[in-house]
Amino acid sequence: MSDLQDTIKNVIENEPVALFMKGTPQFVMCGNSDRALRALREAGAPVTAVNILPDPAIRQELQEVSGWPTIPQVFVNGELVGGADITQELAESGELAELLTERLGPDYRDRAEERVVDVLAPAQR
Amino acid sequence: MGGVAVERLESLLRGAFPDAAEVRVEDRTGGGDHFQVIVTSPRFDDLTLLDQHRLVNDALAEPLRDGTIHELRIKTRGTS
Repeated sequence: MSDLQDTIKNVIENEPVALFMKGTPQFVMCGNSDRALRALREAGAPVTAVNILPDPAIRQELQEVSGWPTIPQVFVNGELVGGADITQELAESGELAELLTERLGPDYRDRAEERVVDVLAPAQR
Repeated sequence: MGGVAVERLESLLRGAFPDAAEVRVEDRTGGGDHFQVIVTSPRFDDLTLLDQHRLVNDALAEPLRDGTIHELRIKTRGTS
């Protein structure tokens, strides 16, 4: 297993909410990533974002870990929630907030800060 | 070009969901690589959204891999 795959796994397993996206929350490069981010923000999720664009290897390794073929991908407590459509549907039905409460605890909104992790530079984490 | 890809995706989905009540593929931008697919099938009954979308992704694995699909939106419905 590559170091990059290890780093990606670490993010998935250790971040409460991980969003693998095209671009960053400050500069979103794709409509689907934008929809997922908006849905998570509306639910008050503490988003840790990973930009997959800097290196095609990030997307390849991520797909190997998750078995999911498209970007974005949302994980909560290490478990795949889905892509943009699922995240948006769950947000609209209120289930996303329920899921976040269930898995992160009722106070999850209190730590709703966004951060960006660079998986290509794990030493900086 | 868009029409060819739409037909290919439709036939893959019909093959994967032979009992589907509805299979619709829309070329969202007219460019032949941004698609919305809508599938209504009894196979989705009792499956989580994640597993429903997984089945659609599996059916479209080849066009997802070869770059035919640049962007995909999925809408699934059960029939129960």
